[in-house]
Amino acid sequence: MGNIFKIAVRNLLRYKRRTLLTISLITIGVVFVLVFISITGSFKSMIIGQITDSMLGHVQVHRRGYVASIDNLPLNLNPPAPAVRKLENILRDLPEVEAYSPRIKFGGMFSNFTETTNIRLNGVYPEQEFRTVPLLPARIKTGSKNLKKGEIWVPELLARGMGLKIGDPVVVVATNKDGSVNGKQFIVSGILESATGPGGRDGYIHLQDALEVLRLPEIEIGEMAIRIRNFNKLTEFTQKLEESLTKQVNPQGQPIFEVHSWEQLSPFYNIARMIEVMTFFIKLMLIAVVLISIMNVMIMAVYERIREIGTIAAIGTLPGKILSLFVMEGFCLGVIGAVTGSLIGLIIVLILNFVGLRFDFGMQKDLVLAATIAFRDLIVTSGIVILVAVIASLQPALKASRMEPIKALRHV
Amino acid sequence: MSLVLAENLTKDYHTGEVVVRALKGLSFGIEPGSFVSFVGPSGSGKTTLLNLIGCLDKPTEGTLIIAGTNVLSLDRKASASFRGRHLGFIFQDFNLIPVLTVFENIEYPLLMVQSMPARERKDRVMSLLRAVGMAEQKGKYPDQISGGQKQRVAVARALVTDPELVLADEPTANLDSKTAYTVIELMKKMRDERKTTFIFSTHDPRIVGEAEIIYSLADGELKGRQVKGAENHG
Repeated sequence: MGNIFKIAVRNLLRYKRRTLLTISLITIGVVFVLVFISITGSFKSMIIGQITDSMLGHVQVHRRGYVASIDNLPLNLNPPAPAVRKLENILRDLPEVEAYSPRIKFGGMFSNFTETTNIRLNGVYPEQEFRTVPLLPARIKTGSKNLKKGEIWVPELLARGMGLKIGDPVVVVATNKDGSVNGKQFIVSGILESATGPGGRDGYIHLQDALEVLRLPEIEIGEMAIRIRNFNKLTEFTQKLEESLTKQVNPQGQPIFEVHSWEQLSPFYNIARMIEVMTFFIKLMLIAVVLISIMNVMIMAVYERIREIGTIAAIGTLPGKILSLFVMEGFCLGVIGAVTGSLIGLIIVLILNFVGLRFDFGMQKDLVLAATIAFRDLIVTSGIVILVAVIASLQPALKASRMEPIKALRHV
Repeated sequence: MSLVLAENLTKDYHTGEVVVRALKGLSFGIEPGSFVSFVGPSGSGKTTLLNLIGCLDKPTEGTLIIAGTNVLSLDRKASASFRGRHLGFIFQDFNLIPVLTVFENIEYPLLMVQSMPARERKDRVMSLLRAVGMAEQKGKYPDQISGGQKQRVAVARALVTDPELVLADEPTANLDSKTAYTVIELMKKMRDERKTTFIFSTHDPRIVGEAEIIYSLADGELKGRQVKGAENHG
């Protein structure tokens, strides 16, 4: 194999300019794919991280039918308390669960005693919420990062519109399940940065305060947000949780709960899917570039060396070895292109990180992209290039190996 | 027992509807260790015959036994394998591999055809390089040596696998008289030292007389067999 490699390299060096051009083409393709994957992949991961770690959590459990009416925040679709306790027991027993946070979500009137507007609020247990969505405290632009009873975190746009400051008193008035209205005074303890996605402009209060405003005698929740230990196993976990919850049925025998991953709750999932589709097509383009350039150069190589092929065949070189000589040339072109492209791609990503790639997304301004190339992406991209290079050289190599030595020797 | 035994060898070429008979029922035998030439004008069938003996082509009719093997029964792969084990080739245009040095060109059949261990390979190549007087040029590439030197390398490459039979098609056609004579002398010397059978074709009157057995060909027919020092058998 070493000798085949040596001869292949020497043959590639025979036409230096052509080899250099082919390798350059492959390298540019690999660089383009890697930088694209790096930027879009990092963007996707960053936004998904923002969405799941500052608002949604990885998975949410609701009473069946709640998500379909989630814009109304229906209080009458809260699951019964015994079922919630069972849900908590199930979550505690699942090793994949890192944290969970019960929430009650409702809409109400929000007043600073001179102006009144609408607000959507999340009643949460702060400690559990912070464990489930650890980036939530980071969204506090001003104020305390510790939410206490009697305090409220107000979304940034609302606070700016109403001229609210930390320590200002406000009143929240809400209609409870029975249709009666109740109000409670809060102190503004934090101004929340807006985030893109569902719940990105909601306020937060303590869950006990929410129960008080809604006059609920015992704890009720609208949703259970869950954080899992391994985000890459989201689909498996969602299925497992769904199976675990199928035993929780209502008197009619229908399941009480429904499970949704962030993908089903956030519109950004469609953007993420679009990025994946674009990445797929970029990879297809790379395959086409490698396939055409290597096939072209190998067809030329076979054509130019017909007499040489005849000679080595005549002196007894087996067809398999002739095939491997040409396949090795394609393989070498692929390897050199993939390695060079990967190195240049890594350097470009390092430069991008050094310079700092800034962008706005929705309401979030001046986000800094930390572009990274996953080792897996390097391996997959290089693997595709090398595989395609070998496949592209197969046809010319087969032609060479099947050549009749007598005809090849007569070739002028 | 003959090393090469041909009976009624016939070869037809088809050019469209036209059939050209290049060899017309040739029968002959060549003993081991012979130094044989097939002579005749262009188009007499010399190259066609050497291609058949070299297992590069198959006859339309007849029998051909080389080193005890009926080579007509060999498929493509078996033919290649047979050539690698039993035959050596010297070409008119030398046909050295341009990306390999003199040493590597001679080493090539041992490496790619016989997979010989490195130590043994090196010894054998060096011994042949010395025998053909090319040891000093072993690191040079084919485009750095003269035509005569290239043919010396080609002779060494043909002999490196220790074949029973070496076939040379017009081996001196691209060489001047002096070099041509030197190459033929080298081939003879190798035959004497190694007892390898040499068969070469030529229409060059300068070297015809160097062969010990001369077969005359004309229009695809064997017109005569002349053994040096013996009378002509027509």
